Parts: sequence; C-alpha cells; structure tokens
Amino acid sequence: MNELATRLAGRYGARDWHDQRKDLAAATVDVARIRDVMAWLRDEEGYRHLSFMTAIDNIERGVFTLAYALRNHGTGHGLIIHADVGRDDPKVDSIHLLWGQAWTYQREMKEWYGIDFPGSPRVDEEFVLEGWEGPPMMRRDFDSLAYSDATYAERPGRVTHDPAAHMRDRLFPEAAR
Amino acid sequence: MEPTLLGRIGYAFVSLFVITNYGLLLIGSMARISAKVQGRVGQPVWQPYIDIIKSSAKRNAIGHGVMFYLGPVFRLAGGIGTYMFIPAVFGSVVFRNFSDSGDLLLVMYFIFFGQLGMALGAGEGGHPYSAIGVSRGLAQMTAFEVPFALSVIAVAVQYGTLDINAIVAAQQGGFARWTLATNPLAVVAAIIAFLGMSGHNPFSVVIAPQEIPIGPPTEYQSNLLGMLQTNRAIFNGAKLVLYMNLFFGGATNIVAMVIKTFLIYFVNVFVGQAFPRFRTDQSIRFFLGVPTLIGIASVIIAVI
Amino acid sequence: MSDKRLKPAPLANEGLPPEERGLFCDAAPREYEPARGAWENFLNWARSESLWLLGFGTGCGAIELRPLMTSRFDMYRYGIQPRPTPRQSSVFVIGGYASVKTLKRIVRSYEQMMGPKFVVALGSCTINGGMYWDSYNTIKRIDQYIPVDVYIAGCMPRPEALLAGFQELKRIIKAGDGEGQNEYARNFDWYKANQKKVIKDWNMPDYNW
Repeated sequence: MNELATRLAGRYGARDWHDQRKDLAAATVDVARIRDVMAWLRDEEGYRHLSFMTAIDNIERGVFTLAYALRNHGTGHGLIIHADVGRDDPKVDSIHLLWGQAWTYQREMKEWYGIDFPGSPRVDEEFVLEGWEGPPMMRRDFDSLAYSDATYAERPGRVTHDPAAHMRDRLFPEAAR
Repeated sequence: MEPTLLGRIGYAFVSLFVITNYGLLLIGSMARISAKVQGRVGQPVWQPYIDIIKSSAKRNAIGHGVMFYLGPVFRLAGGIGTYMFIPAVFGSVVFRNFSDSGDLLLVMYFIFFGQLGMALGAGEGGHPYSAIGVSRGLAQMTAFEVPFALSVIAVAVQYGTLDINAIVAAQQGGFARWTLATNPLAVVAAIIAFLGMSGHNPFSVVIAPQEIPIGPPTEYQSNLLGMLQTNRAIFNGAKLVLYMNLFFGGATNIVAMVIKTFLIYFVNVFVGQAFPRFRTDQSIRFFLGVPTLIGIASVIIAVI
Repeated sequence: MSDKRLKPAPLANEGLPPEERGLFCDAAPREYEPARGAWENFLNWARSESLWLLGFGTGCGAIELRPLMTSRFDMYRYGIQPRPTPRQSSVFVIGGYASVKTLKRIVRSYEQMMGPKFVVALGSCTINGGMYWDSYNTIKRIDQYIPVDVYIAGCMPRPEALLAGFQELKRIIKAGDGEGQNEYARNFDWYKANQKKVIKDWNMPDYNW
C-alpha cells in the first residue's frame, strides 16, 4: 500500500497517510481536488465502492472534516479520504456523478452541518426533520439542551441523581467551599 | 295448523334472533379455539357482544354521503335476505322462515347482493385502501362463485328441483342419502368455495388487516361498524345453514343444526390456522383450476 | 342578534392552500354529554371490556406491545385487540418518545378517532422527556398536546407493567373518568396553540375529522 500512498502524494498532494489496520488506511487531501482524487481512485485504482460519506465538526481548528470511505473489493482494502473545508460558508464539489448514492449523504450533510454541495440533486430538501427552522443541528456550537429548554415545555419536579453532585454536596462539602 | 302471515313474521323474527346469537357465539368460540391452537387463553366467548355494544355506544360518527350509509344497510339486507329463504330446521314451524317463497337461486343472489352493496359504500368512503380491498373482494368473489355455482347446479340436477325444502326432504333417512354420499365431488367443490367465501386464510387478502388497513371497512365506525359486525354473524349463520341443507342432510332439530354447522365451520378454522395468505391472482388462479374441474365433474356425475 | 356561543367561529385552516379549504370541514370539535346513571355504567363497562388499540407504534415503546399479543402475556383475554385504522380504535398507545415529526401524525390520528377515546402514555419520555430530555427534536410532555388518561412509567415498561396499566385504564373508564374527548374539545384552543408552537410546517386542517 505504500505505493498507493506515494502515488497519491505525487499526483494529488495527499498527506498524513495512516495505516489503521492491515486492510484500512486513511489519507488527507485538499478539498479543491476531491473530485479528481475520487475519480482517479475509482477508475484507475479499483476503489469502486463508496461505502460511506460523512463530516466531522473540528470546531477547534475551525473546519469541517469530510470523510469519504472507499473500498476496493478486488484487494479487500479500504481507504478513507479526509478533506477539510472551512466552517464559514462551506461548499464542496459534489460527487453524485461518480456514485449515485452520494446524493443521499450530501443531502444529509446539508441538513445536519450546513455543508453545501452545489449541483447535487435535491440537496436543499428536508431530509430527516420537518419544518426545522434552527441552525444545522450537528454543529458543535449548537446547544441542544438550551434549544430544548426554550422550545419544549417541561414538567416541573425533575431532580438529578448525578453522582458527582451527590459527592460534592454530601460527602465532601468542605472541598466545595 | 298453518299460522297466519303475522304469525309467520313473528316466527321469522324469533328465528333471526336465534341465528344472530348463534352466529355471534360461533365467532367468539372460534376465536377462542384459534387462540388455544396458538397456545393462548384467548378472548371470552361473548366478546363479539361487547364489541357490538361498544361500537354502538360511540358518541360521534362521521359520514361520507348517502351511499356510505347504505353500504352496511345493503350488506345487512343481503345477510337477512339470505337467511330468510333457507329453512333452518326442517319440519319446524318456527324455523321454517319463508323458504317456500324463494328458491336456491334467490338465496345465491342475496349472497352476492350484500357484497355489491358493501363495495359501493366502501368506495364512497374515499379511502384508497377501501378501494383496493373492494377490488380484491369482488375479484375473488367472481372466482369462487364458479365452483360454488357448479356444485349448486349439480345438486339441482341431481334432485331435480331448486326448492331447498325439497332438497332437504330428499336427503332424509340416513347418512347414505346425504349429498355427501351420493355426490361427494359437489361437496368438495362447494367446501373449497366456502373457504373463499368466509375470508379466512388462505383467502383473507380482502380484509388483510396488517397490509391494507382492514380493506373495505376501513372508514366504517361507530353504529355502522356495529351493523357490519352483526351482519357478519347473520351471514355466517345463513351460509352454514345453507350448506347444511344442501350437502349434509339438513337438520330436524336445533341441536342437530348447531352440531352440524359448528363442524362445517371447523373446516374453515382448520385450514385457516395452517395456511398463510394467497395473493389475489394466486387465489383466482386456484379457484379457476382444480375446484372448477371438480365442479364440472360433479355436474357430469349428476347428469349421468 | 345571533348568539356566538351557539355557532362558534369556523376554524381558519390556514395551513391548507386556499383552493383546498372548501374540501375540509372547518368546525371545531364539540363536547358530548355522557349518558347518566346505570345506563352509562353499563356502556362504560362495555367500553372498558372491549379496548381496541390503534396499531400505530409511535416510538420504541411499540416493541412492548408485540409480546402482549403473543401467547405468553396474551392481551386478547382482556378484550384488547389491535385495529389498523383510527376510525375503529378507541385507545391510542403513545409508545415512548414523540419527535416533532411523529407528533404531527399523532395529533392527526388522535383527532380522527371516534369518541370516547383514551390515551395511554408509555415510558418516561412521555412524562418528562426521559432519556431524550436534552434533544432538540422530542417533546417532553405529551399531555400538553393531547389529553392523557394513564401514564405507565418505565424505560421501557415490561409487559406486566403494561397489563397493570390497562387494568388501571379499565378502572378509570368504569368510574366514568375517561372523558379525554370532552377535555380536548373544551381546551381545544390551548392544545392547538401548543401543537402549532412546535409543529412548524402545519400543512393540514386545524381539526382533522
């Protein structure tokens, strides 16, 4: 697999190759070249199956990290391609012409993270939630508890039996002071 | 002594009352027996009564037009009409009904009439699943009518009459004189048609409770549903009594009628517990295959 | 001078496109007087002995209804059976959490049921949000949106707990306290305001007959 790492680095500037298992590796490319990388891996290197596609909110670095999980059924090797896109106004090239099923993942990411895939079919339609008017809800700066408290009426009388609170109040009160 | 017309109407009410209660208890006991087959305790035998009382005690109902109300009325008319022209107990004044005013063809007409009225009413409900159930029901009915009609023709040719009283009279005098013994193929074809008529597995695609919400009665509620449930009891009883009279020698007292109809209905439960559901095209193909051939054979045997 | 109480104002039905408003009924629900005395007791007994559930599994609580139907716990012996259509059922089992998407369907199905109708709320999620108490998508109190007769606590309650809950429901019906339909009609505006506050895309009639 080191040959694949070398080829990827040479052709597309891939970096941070990491062998997670014997049959699973990961690499990072620039998001501007993502479509070329996907097409080359699918057509020339035999990674014909797009298993999964998702995004991770790396709020500390200010980016969304997209992850494309490809698989080569000929060799049994899986490859995860990471690409970082900025959190403000994220737009990524759509790969729905390479794999038909990508439109579903891209629609989900548009709803949940706000990552736009211009040209992807039906990417602006509601996917899981109906009538959602708030921010994309998988972003880590979306406070789910605050939204829930503000929107949904609560039944009074709820108590917590959190062990940390119990220990602080009952067992070690002098430490709390 | 021949009772007056008013007396006969009174006796007809008594007979209808008896068959309604018998039909409801039959439904309840068959549900309990099916439950025991499945290893459960099952609902009480009188549960159909409670269901009808509850349906009639609903405080509001919705309608979809005149035909929607007329659907159950037609069905009830079909059920009562079927029963009224069959003698429940041969030779009894009370249970003779009006069997000397109508013959076998009229009874077969009433069986069909109820289903047609229900189809019109269910279609008026506007629910797409009702329409699916109605089209399945009518298609299946067209299919099972073929072996049923052939076996009825065989019986009519064999006894030379369409009058049910005469057919029952010809079968008196021992087991060897029943149609079951003299023309068993007609009985086989008719019993197979009976499986289709009663809507148990494998021919339960019309109602199909898990697949389309209950088929034709999807939009029916409250009083109308109570009417449909009552009709189910009457119609079942009427069909069982008809079968008993045509093929199994009729009954000369109430106890014999109860025993014979209970055993005929048991055939349904036996087959129903053992089979899954056929699709509509599978059941049509089934009815127009072997049962039709058996029916044709029974007609030929009766003619020769 | 007409008395406004006798004929309440028609519902706005603003969620429907204008060309469809004529197709839907625009009358608000009304209360129904129960009968009195021994007759009502008899009818309540019949209603409690023949409970028809709506076969709509709204949340994970629905998985506890399936063992009830099978031979070990057998709810049929209590007169309970599932029916596939809201028109014919009288008990709505809210099985666990209610997301906003499901709540729209719950409201629609509940309003289509014929009265007297009862609601059994399963699980902690219906009481105070349960384990989804901090979720952006699930409601925390189902009785703000439809009237509830019995709560069955647990996550999930076992089938024995469900049977005990149904026994409690029968006791409530026989005592004449199962008047959820009238309560809904009486406080219709409050319930509808609560529902419209969380269900943002209201594209159905204000009252689903």
